[in-house]
Amino acid sequence: MTTKLASPGAPVTFNQETTHDLELTVRDLKLWYGENQALKGIDLDIYENNITALIGPSGCGKSTFLRCLNRMNDLIPTVRTEGEIMMEGRNVLSKEVDEVALRKKVGMVFQKPNPFPKSIYENVAYAPRMHDIVPAGKEQDELVETSLRAAGLWEEVKDQLGSPGTSLSGGQQQRLCIARAIAVQPSVILMDEPTSALDPISTATIEDLMYELKKEYTIVVVTHNMQQAARIADYTAFFHLGEVIEYNDTATMFSTPSEKRTEDYITGRYG
Amino acid sequence: MSQSLDDISRQLKKRHRKSARMKWLSFGALLLAGVFLVLFLADMLIKGLPAFQQAYIQVEVNYSERASELPLAAVEADVRELVSRGYLRLIPNRMEANPDLLGTQRMEWVLADDEVDQYLQGADSSLSAKHKAVVDRLTEAGRAELQFNTGFFTNGDSKLPEMAGLASAAVGSVMLLIVTLAFAFPVGVMTAVYLEEFAPDNRFTRFIDVNINNLAAIPSILFGLLGLAIFINFFGAPRSSALAGGLTLGLMTLPIIIITARAALSSVPDSIRHAAFGVGATRWQTVRDHVLPLSMPGILTGSIIGMAQALGETAPLIIIGMIAFIPDAPTSFTQAATVLPAQIYTWASMPESAYVERTAAGIIVLLSVLITLNATAVYLRKKFEHRW
Ligand SMILES: Nc1ncnc2c1ncn2[C@@H]1O[C@H](COP(=O)(O)OP(=O)(O)OP(=O)(O)O)[C@@H](O)[C@H]1O
Ligand SMILES: [Mg+2]
Repeated sequence: MTTKLASPGAPVTFNQETTHDLELTVRDLKLWYGENQALKGIDLDIYENNITALIGPSGCGKSTFLRCLNRMNDLIPTVRTEGEIMMEGRNVLSKEVDEVALRKKVGMVFQKPNPFPKSIYENVAYAPRMHDIVPAGKEQDELVETSLRAAGLWEEVKDQLGSPGTSLSGGQQQRLCIARAIAVQPSVILMDEPTSALDPISTATIEDLMYELKKEYTIVVVTHNMQQAARIADYTAFFHLGEVIEYNDTATMFSTPSEKRTEDYITGRYG
Repeated sequence: MSQSLDDISRQLKKRHRKSARMKWLSFGALLLAGVFLVLFLADMLIKGLPAFQQAYIQVEVNYSERASELPLAAVEADVRELVSRGYLRLIPNRMEANPDLLGTQRMEWVLADDEVDQYLQGADSSLSAKHKAVVDRLTEAGRAELQFNTGFFTNGDSKLPEMAGLASAAVGSVMLLIVTLAFAFPVGVMTAVYLEEFAPDNRFTRFIDVNINNLAAIPSILFGLLGLAIFINFFGAPRSSALAGGLTLGLMTLPIIIITARAALSSVPDSIRHAAFGVGATRWQTVRDHVLPLSMPGILTGSIIGMAQALGETAPLIIIGMIAFIPDAPTSFTQAATVLPAQIYTWASMPESAYVERTAAGIIVLLSVLITLNATAVYLRKKFEHRW
């Protein structure tokens, strides 16, 4: 099946053994930085417990799109958005949805690891404590442990929870950031080029981790690495100049792309 | 046609000579500045060091009935002029506090008159030849000597130079700085937080921005006038009180704190803010839990420098009347107080040479405190310097 765009209304079904539930539906999303339009009407369905990869040449709006999903763009004063992103039956872009609440549901991992300059423990415990997810004490310790375990970092840091998060290696820092994100118990995790600052071994670790994490979370990941998208993503969207040119399940996308531009980009002829 | 190497060298010689001349000229400027600094410090030390020692003489004190009425009678006539009148004046009080003293007679080391002090320190003294002879005799007998001048640090100002100390001015300075800090630190930091973290970038905030920078360059005496108008005339704070003075200096310090706090806040990278927003922190939580703690060393450094400036400030305090003669340290923020630089200023206008010493000694003390404060600021900055 080769839908170019996920058509509005009817969720696309792919020829896989399970049908997937929708986590987020994006409809006609447009975004301007001042006068400059960066997103020109994006339609995209994001499926629960899947990894969706966003690929495309530099400056095509992947990061911008990702930041719409948890409204990090609100922090940029010149930004103006139109369209809708539906989650749990509500448009998260509307004023009635509190962006702080949204960010608890939709966590984010950044391109450059950015742990807080505090202890490893505090990095993970800070947000759950702030959201009153657990009381301080034993339950908090447990949440820190499960989060670090889920991020595959527990064994490496369990004896140095008090040392600063910034003293870890780059790959460990990125996993700490993942632990920090999942400690808030979100349903979606956004990752903007999470491995671009890491060495191949750390990259492989994080990829394995993402594979594990999708059992519990919906992951949207931006990547410049075609092999990475092919390896880990269930669905892939190809962005170009603020539009989604093609969106499909990854296998189809990489074997028989329906658009010439997609094929050119995937095979490295431009981008 | 290309120039020959010789031609170029000839021209170069002139340029090199000029370069060397400029190098020596600028080095000379540095040397001149250095010489002035050394001269100033040496002059202060030479003039001020004697004030850290004070003459004491051993005399027989007679706690008679009569002395409790007429303290002069407590000591022998020949040394009466040599003993500090400040000491004599206190004899009746001491006898009242300690009735056992009545009728006793004993040898005591007592504070000498300032002219005896000048004579013993080898300076000009208006002591008569007869008294000089008495002092010489006492010295030979080991009954006159210079001791460390603790009174300089424990006494308030006095009309008797040998009794004058900077304790009340020091207490006044500390109280003033407490008020200044309590006012300028929270207001300054919160203003900086608003401008840096919350304010939209529009014409109004840019206007405020420019004006805060201008405020930092305003002559300090104008802040005195502002303080006089606002705090004393409008709000009715008592004149020459630590409250009025501290608030006035607070106005002066505010722009410094705002500017340095903003610089410290903006040096915290956005990645930290994004991390906090990303886990669902509100703007205030982001600031309070992450941005402020990281910028605190910078803010403290700026505040210490602001405090150091406030500590050395005199002009605005003169305007609000803090130049009065204050013998006793203030015990509340609304009492009349004076501060170290104002005390130095008062002493500088006194004729007695003992006050000249004290002026210089006061400057030495003030400079030491200022250098310590600034060194602390530099140390803090070095220690907590972040490399992101
Ligand atoms: N903060 C901003 N202010 C103004 N314009 C921006 C801002 N961020 C991005 N843009 C513009 O929006 C467009 C999309 O940028 P975006 O960062 O989303 O691209 P990207 O696909 O993530 O690129 P890359 O692969 O290089 O990360 C670009 O033209 C960029 O110049
Ligand atoms: Mg990007």
